[in-house]
Amino acid sequence: MLNIPKRKTEKKRLNVLQKKPEKLIDKDDMRLDGRKLNELRPTKIEVGVLGNADGSAYIEQGKNKILAAVYGPKEVHPRHLARPDRAVLRCRYHMAPFSVDERKSPAPSRREVELSKVIREALEPSIFVEYYPRTSIDIFIEVLQADGGTRCAGITTASLALADAGIPMRDLVAACASGKVDGHLVLDLMDVEDKAGEADVPLALMPNLNAVTLLQMDGSLTIEEFEKAVNLALDGCKQLYTLQKEALKSKYVAVKEALDE
Amino acid sequence: MTPPPIVVRVKQKRIAELVSSGKRLDGRGLTAYREIQVEVGVIERAEGSARVRLGKTEVMAGIKIETGQPFPDVPNQGVLTVNAELVPLASPTFEPGPPNENAVELARIVDRGIRESKAIELEKLCVEPGKKVFIVFIDVYVLNHDGNLIDASAMAALAALLNTKMFNYELEGGEIKIKPGYTPLPIRNHPIAVTFAKINDKLIVDPWLEEEQVMDARLTMTLDKDGKICAIQKGGYGYFTTQQIFEAAKIAREKTEELRKVLVKG
Repeated sequence: MLNIPKRKTEKKRLNVLQKKPEKLIDKDDMRLDGRKLNELRPTKIEVGVLGNADGSAYIEQGKNKILAAVYGPKEVHPRHLARPDRAVLRCRYHMAPFSVDERKSPAPSRREVELSKVIREALEPSIFVEYYPRTSIDIFIEVLQADGGTRCAGITTASLALADAGIPMRDLVAACASGKVDGHLVLDLMDVEDKAGEADVPLALMPNLNAVTLLQMDGSLTIEEFEKAVNLALDGCKQLYTLQKEALKSKYVAVKEALDE
Repeated sequence: MTPPPIVVRVKQKRIAELVSSGKRLDGRGLTAYREIQVEVGVIERAEGSARVRLGKTEVMAGIKIETGQPFPDVPNQGVLTVNAELVPLASPTFEPGPPNENAVELARIVDRGIRESKAIELEKLCVEPGKKVFIVFIDVYVLNHDGNLIDASAMAALAALLNTKMFNYELEGGEIKIKPGYTPLPIRNHPIAVTFAKINDKLIVDPWLEEEQVMDARLTMTLDKDGKICAIQKGGYGYFTTQQIFEAAKIAREKTEELRKVLVKG
């Protein structure tokens, strides 16, 4: 009896894998999930979702489901990594084995090692690390379900977790990708668009400082297209920034309401 | 990147002041490369190889070709694998052991440039669709670290690919039988990486070690032979403004054309 539903889902999953959409964007400039070219996926952000962490946040951006937690500033282990003039920032980006179609080994892949590094370098410019010498600030990002653009959603979420932990920051970091799909420049690529598209430009921004803290690209774009793609991604970051601020505020509204009762 | 030691702060001021006035410690202009020397075919046992000297930075790349299984989503294409080793003899800061995040990042930047520009005609490296294809292993070996390993490694990888010869073969009952003679590995594009360092809000090209130690941030742009961007990577603790990014793209376009003349003959 158990077998029947299992085989059904398996079949369905394989169908999803095998079915390559012929067109990702229809003639009315509508994308597969009904979005316009410059539209973000529906995004829900929540701050303060984990009990043990000093700061935490959760995001659902389309089918992406990502948790971020921050521990610190705290004593550095191992001790020899401590810096006398600043806090050490450490970051682990990790995907759950069940987050993608085919099970991913939980051991860190080369992709995850690289992403952990670039995410750390995207968040570090926002933090006053010099306020906490000889300590470490540890960021953990767990991708529970992935549907393209997880490094960006991870940065957006982790920045909120840092703010939730009360760490002094220059600005929040919001991140979003743009790219080229079927010859059109589009915002916030989902997995199919990323895989079948012509280019992908993930970007992270501190909006108040006009500071780009993460920029990557793969694919093929002329310099003119690249400039347009960057401007599109900047727009996306600014929209996410508004959502970030709302999410941060709503945590304290909830706390205040609880106190008033 | 290891955080800069405190003693470097003294040097930081000197380098930053120089850069503000358009000069550099080693006398170069802000967008000038160090001297580039390329030697190919330095390792006879490898199918292709190259040794690149960029000033005192020295990187070797070797190509080995083996047969193996294709990826299921592209059953009729060969496979490309890039690995980078920060060999301990290259710097007092390199340690033996499995590749750390710097080595992984280096390999993935080189990989992305070659893969996204579709430099290797991988569809010509299929032996039996879905069963057997050629795997091109690019191993980047850093021999002396004096800054800008990314550009030196990308140059070495490209030079080695252009130098690669494959043995001729025929299929006999699904088995590969080697025939005499060699043909060059099919290459259709030439990705070239240009790395910028941001120091005191100014962009400089090809940072050497001391500049890397004091830079705020790093940006690498890889352009193909048509002047299209095929890969970008930002690194380091700092940030770039959008104006700086667009400026970098324009400089990168000029610089890749200059470097292409050195690397790609004829």
